[in-house]
Amino acid sequence: MFSTILVIALATIQSSIPLLFAGFAGLFSERSGVVNIALEGFLLLGAFSGAAIMQAMNGSSQTLYITAGFLGTIVAGALLALLFAVVVITLKADQIVSGVAINIFVGGLTVILSQAFFTARSFNFPEVPVFIKTYFFPILALLIAAVTYFVLYKTRFGLRLRAVGENPLAADTLGVNVVKMRYIAVIISGVLATFGGAYISIFAGSFAKDMSAGRGYIALAALIFGKWKPKGVFFAALIFGFFKAIEQFLQGGVIPTQFIQMIPYLMTIITLAGFIGRATPPAADGIPYEKELSE
Amino acid sequence: MNSKTKNILVELAFSVLAIIISFMIGAIVILFIKGNPLEVFGTMFSGAFGSLSNFADTLEYATPLMFTGMAVAFAFRAGLFNIGAEGQLYAAAFAVAVVGFMLKLPPFLHITVVILTALIVGGLWAYVPGVLKAKLGVHEVITTIMMNYIALDLTNYLTMRNVFKQPGQIPQTKDILHSAQFGTMTFLSKYTHLNSGIIIAVVVAVIVYFVIARMKLGYEIKVTGYNSNAAAYGGINNKNKLIIAMVISGAIAGLAGAEQVAGVMHHFVSPFPVGIGFMGIAVALLGKNDPFGVIAAALLFGALSAGGTQVDTMTTVPREVIDIIQAIIILFVASEVFLRKLIVQRIKQRKYRKMLEQSNLEQLDV
Repeated sequence: MFSTILVIALATIQSSIPLLFAGFAGLFSERSGVVNIALEGFLLLGAFSGAAIMQAMNGSSQTLYITAGFLGTIVAGALLALLFAVVVITLKADQIVSGVAINIFVGGLTVILSQAFFTARSFNFPEVPVFIKTYFFPILALLIAAVTYFVLYKTRFGLRLRAVGENPLAADTLGVNVVKMRYIAVIISGVLATFGGAYISIFAGSFAKDMSAGRGYIALAALIFGKWKPKGVFFAALIFGFFKAIEQFLQGGVIPTQFIQMIPYLMTIITLAGFIGRATPPAADGIPYEKELSE
Repeated sequence: MNSKTKNILVELAFSVLAIIISFMIGAIVILFIKGNPLEVFGTMFSGAFGSLSNFADTLEYATPLMFTGMAVAFAFRAGLFNIGAEGQLYAAAFAVAVVGFMLKLPPFLHITVVILTALIVGGLWAYVPGVLKAKLGVHEVITTIMMNYIALDLTNYLTMRNVFKQPGQIPQTKDILHSAQFGTMTFLSKYTHLNSGIIIAVVVAVIVYFVIARMKLGYEIKVTGYNSNAAAYGGINNKNKLIIAMVISGAIAGLAGAEQVAGVMHHFVSPFPVGIGFMGIAVALLGKNDPFGVIAAALLFGALSAGGTQVDTMTTVPREVIDIIQAIIILFVASEVFLRKLIVQRIKQRKYRKMLEQSNLEQLDV
């Protein structure tokens, strides 16, 4: 009995980690007023970039390729986020459409690069020490949760970020650079989400086409179920991770696994409908900021 | 030239420019992976238009996109963003497979039942987000995404039930009866999956055009999309219009599911191929939410898919290169308003500077 609980707890942590990273990624971006449907794409890029770098450096020392993979993941996430930011903040493109485009883009790019460098749509990469899977990522996830809470609610930067997401015009009037704040938020968002993706491929020990498998959208659901608040997102990611975890234990049981998979999505719709308290998005979420109101 | 045609020409020019730039970026990616862009694009072109059977492939790939593009475009007219075409078509596709093999009906009647089933199930799947939006103000983007995954899980579950499942290892439903299948256009090519679904798509485009341009319902939907409060003030039941627009959108997306099952696969396969619904967003965007624009955009994306398949088999470059081109087209078209403003501004600035220089010169002469 006890061992079963332990196994489920560990499996919950394991499936929550990508959701935590991507959920907090979404939190940063959406609290600044940028809807991030592209979380899925960022996860996939994260799953690919670190893995590809480590495989390309196969043969060098372990510390070296892990460091390179780690840094490469950050750079890849930041670059894609920069592209997303230019399109949705500077060029004021529709955030949802652009998010969908980014997801399609990453889906294609990862396969092309994988095919070009490793001659297949999937590849294995060198071993990563166990402590990275079992300690580094979970601790990093916890740390990010705590730091996010602190940054958003206890610092001037966080106040400004939230102000930009609620009422950009007012923030602008008070001298906050709306565009800069949103750029920073989207780039933080991109880097965080790619970490979540890195965990997915490191845990699997290989990269495969489209391996993010909809986790970005579950993270989006967790963000909403958590009502766009750090604590809420944290527990939502754990709850959704739990449903993912028990799925494998209930295989062939009375409750079909597909119905358990559905729970996060149903819970999100029910939350949005206002049956479990009210979930209100940041007021300026999804609206590009126009500085000059008169032509 | 009146201002309306001029406007359309400018829009068209921008779309063509966006497509050309996207191909150029695609070429850079191909060069980066040591491919030959000319060879790839040549192969792509011949894969899409090189022969009658290739052209049939283009039309085949374009057909479902016409439906999902039209679905997204229709919802857009009411100010709604239907990201749920994906789920609506899964649900409809499964329902079509079920009525396709369970009912025994004469051919014409069976196909009618198949189409009605797709319309109803697709519409019902969109009804939920529609009602939540109209009655409770819940943003339809999130609910439609969630409904996509619910549809995916539900159809995966149902496909594996013994009543529906084809015996054997492959997770798919039993094949639909011949009487429920859309006719295949074998006169174009022997092995084509191109089917009469494309005719339905064109008919739907014409109907959508008339509803939007000529009918009271279309007018009310447009007004609601333009300004929901003004619509209500003018006596339009705006909440009701939101629900109707969403349901019609879902019904059209459902037809994509019918076309895939009754026209191409002849059964429902689990999990159903992802992407037709999402690509509909791009098609609607590129087609400027106009039914005939949608058909043109779907043909372009169909050609890219058909060409991509050829590229995959004939060159070292994977077919996914078309995903990159498509994604960049979407990003450009999505940024269009701003980019156009920027270009116009630049032109004005240059004119102004010239004027300034000229006046300076004149002053020097004096």
